[in-house]
Amino acid sequence: MTLYAVIFYVLAVVILASTLLAIIQRQVIHAVVYLIVSFFATGLLFYLLGAPFLAALEVIIYAGAIMVLFLFIVMTVRAESGEDKGEIYHWLPAVVLAIISFFVGGVLIFKIPGSKMSLNTGMASPATFGQFLFKNYWFPVEIASFLLLIGLVGALYLGRQESKKESEDRR
Amino acid sequence: MIVPYGDVLLLAIILFLLGAVCSISRRNLLMILIGVEIMLNAAGLAFVAASLKWSLLDGQAFVLFIFAAAASEVAVGLALIVYSQRRTGSLNADRYDSMKG
Repeated sequence: MTLYAVIFYVLAVVILASTLLAIIQRQVIHAVVYLIVSFFATGLLFYLLGAPFLAALEVIIYAGAIMVLFLFIVMTVRAESGEDKGEIYHWLPAVVLAIISFFVGGVLIFKIPGSKMSLNTGMASPATFGQFLFKNYWFPVEIASFLLLIGLVGALYLGRQESKKESEDRR
Repeated sequence: MIVPYGDVLLLAIILFLLGAVCSISRRNLLMILIGVEIMLNAAGLAFVAASLKWSLLDGQAFVLFIFAAAASEVAVGLALIVYSQRRTGSLNADRYDSMKG
């Protein structure tokens, strides 16, 4: 077992533990903090798997932007009264379905020929990645930027104040 | 030499299923959205590992688009959550029963 493998398994344990802790939290704010740990570890895993640019993006976008957005919303909206009693019949079907799909997926993975071979280390520098992206995927990049613009407009539209008069006063 | 590809894929499957369980079983709208985020992240992990296995950069390019989709999805989703909380005064998905479904 090489050092890289040890790092991978440690990171995998951190990711799984923090995600599991996140999804069983009663308070959303605790779940968000656990998820930040999970996304940091995922970013390190991306670096280990040879994607330093995506590792940086994972930390900036997921652990930074998205989770901070969640934190703001959690702090903005009023706290629930009598939320999620956590009855067993809510959890049981989901857990049973997840276990079944896990076993099917595991069997599928380890029946594939060559699944025992270890991955070689490799690294795609951000410059290489950028050149590849804009050479082969320039159109999807444009579509992604359009998608982000539509998301911005949609969020502004949905988040505006209810009464028309108030928005006109502000103008 | 890192680890077999199957191990990374197994980690991605477990992470995806954790997100799916969170999405299905929780009643809080914010937790449902968090489950979707976990699932998107797991898909990105599988893509990065596949990109390393076949040493093609296409997988990493797709992860970039997944990030863009996740960011815009969470912006619109959180705006919808705030909107519906303002209309109904609740974040619980079970309370949205005005159509008697």
